[in-house]
Amino acid sequence: MTEQPLLRLRGVTKTYGAGPASFLALKGIDLDIEQGEFVAVMGPSGSGKSTMMNILGCLDTPSTGSYTFQGVHVETLTRDQRALLRRYQLGFVFQGFNLLSRTTALENVELPLIYRHEPKARRRIAALEALEKVGLHGWENHTPAELSGGQQQRVAIARAIVSKPSVLLADEPTGNLDSKTSREIMELITGINRQSITVLMVSHEPDMAAYAGRIIHFVDGCVDSDVLNPEAPR
Amino acid sequence: MIWNTLLLSLRAILRNLMRSFLTILGIVIGVAAVITMVTLGNGATRAVSDQIASMGANQLMVVPGQMMGPGSEGAQSFKIADVNAIRSQITSARAVAPVVNKSETVIFQARNWSTSIVGTSNDYFLVGGWTLAGGRTFSELEERAGRAVCVIGETVREKLFQRENPVGGEIRIRTFSCQVIGLLKAKGQAAMGQDQDDTVIMPLRTVQRRITGTKDIKRIVVSIKDGASIDSAKSRLVQLLRERRRLGPSEDDDFRVMDTRQLAETVTGTTKILTMLLGAVAAVSLLVGGIGIMNIMLVSVTERTREIGTRLAIGALENEVLLQFLIEAVMLSGLGGLIGILLGNGASVALSGVMGVPYVFDSSINLMAFFFSAFIGVLFGFFPARRAARLNPIDALRYE
Ligand SMILES: Nc1ncnc2c1ncn2[C@@H]1O[C@H](COP(=O)(O)OP(=O)(O)O)[C@@H](O)[C@H]1O
Ligand SMILES: [Mg+2]
Repeated sequence: MTEQPLLRLRGVTKTYGAGPASFLALKGIDLDIEQGEFVAVMGPSGSGKSTMMNILGCLDTPSTGSYTFQGVHVETLTRDQRALLRRYQLGFVFQGFNLLSRTTALENVELPLIYRHEPKARRRIAALEALEKVGLHGWENHTPAELSGGQQQRVAIARAIVSKPSVLLADEPTGNLDSKTSREIMELITGINRQSITVLMVSHEPDMAAYAGRIIHFVDGCVDSDVLNPEAPR
Repeated sequence: MIWNTLLLSLRAILRNLMRSFLTILGIVIGVAAVITMVTLGNGATRAVSDQIASMGANQLMVVPGQMMGPGSEGAQSFKIADVNAIRSQITSARAVAPVVNKSETVIFQARNWSTSIVGTSNDYFLVGGWTLAGGRTFSELEERAGRAVCVIGETVREKLFQRENPVGGEIRIRTFSCQVIGLLKAKGQAAMGQDQDDTVIMPLRTVQRRITGTKDIKRIVVSIKDGASIDSAKSRLVQLLRERRRLGPSEDDDFRVMDTRQLAETVTGTTKILTMLLGAVAAVSLLVGGIGIMNIMLVSVTERTREIGTRLAIGALENEVLLQFLIEAVMLSGLGGLIGILLGNGASVALSGVMGVPYVFDSSINLMAFFFSAFIGVLFGFFPARRAARLNPIDALRYE
């Protein structure tokens, strides 16, 4: 088991739809991701980046092939087991933030801990800490509508890391943000990676991908290139 | 898990106050309408049956003919001998009174008033549960000799005597004058709206001789002793009258024996149907309320589906999400049901006061309305959520 990487994809395909209208979005992906890596996934729109991220995040299942998470075959797990994997091991950041509306930043960040059945006091402390970490001290009681895009993404990141996951998955986390805010978010994610949380991030902007230690290029449902990035900030 | 989920539901409700309010409103109106309608209907039924009961419990009424009303004309009337036979042979009879009645104008000084003249015996007061407000009932001599004396009802006193004491006064009917010897205590409106106090009661013989001119008796009223079986008294009465009227085994009864209960059932049957009708109309409004909830839930389903996607993505189990929405739906419709019950009963109390019917709390309709509202809430609030919770998390997240 010890020689197993944290995440391993073998021959993973994903077909959307059925019959003549079906579409092969992933055409057999082999990928190993080690504990502590910071991986950026790049590629043109429609090349299957999100599809792979959703599979890695256990939000979706591969059509064929195998996905092992710390040696566990995810494709054999039930719906609820995958939910528990998400609950205890994974954190998500989406392009569209996906915060609960009319709900304060603090409550949004507390949500994963509620599902972890953490007691109220611990929840409160951990959520405040996570918000502090993403630089939102003082904004705890604001609802998403009262926050800027960058601040909303910070809340989403706080929500993703509040449960101390082993993997943070971010699908175009800076896609809706201006370049200055994007860089701030990237600094934040880099900082999270330094605390030995494995980070997988999709971005089509080279500037953002440059923060990662390893860059994977997708073309047309296949891995086109997979290179280390020695210039990454450490 | 339950406690956590309860917390989540409560937060969701408070977060969407407008939506919660609208959801509750539909249920409140529906439940309140059903309860008000049915409670008022029950009150009306109660009012009617109370009035019938005030006619005297354990009462039997014997009329010639099989039908009430005009059909009875052909049938042979009763005679005083029938009344005496009933009195001596039906041992469970407490009082037996013959009745003839006719509508006549009665005059006192310059005032006149058209009322119902009843010819009967002292037993009539017993059977009808009448008590005197003043004066006395008939003496044996007055009954036997058919003296021109009468006991009058409150309405007649009011119309003819106004402020004067009626007892000892002389009223005129047709060509004879009649001395008022007693005044009845008021009873009020009867079941079908006629005024029971609008009456002048005389000895049977007086009415037969001076007004109807025959020895026929139109009806016999009997009251049964407390505790005695009405049904057995009734069948003995039927048997006795069949013998006296010489009916062969193959012949049908040419008279009818009715008891108060039957009469009450006939009349309250009508108001019960009315109650059901009102209730049905109100139930439609409850249904409309339910459809309102469904509408609100469906309109918010896009937002809710994304919310469910988010919850699933951060690790909520399908069942946790479902339980949250179930609790939310039950809490909202339960609260709506409770408010509806309070409002419905409040309106019932107020309206029954206005309508002059008693307020009768009906626990079954309250429970029914409550559970129906909870059911509707669950049906319309929960099922859209269930569909969403069964989606792949990613499909729920992307829902447009
Ligand atoms: N739910 C879906 N149903 C059908 N086709 C889909 C679905 N999701 C993605 N696709 C298709 O799969 C391909 C890859 O999509 P995606 O992984 O989102 O690309 P990327 O994130 O690289 O832009 C695209 O051509 C897209 O149209
Ligand atoms: Mg994408």
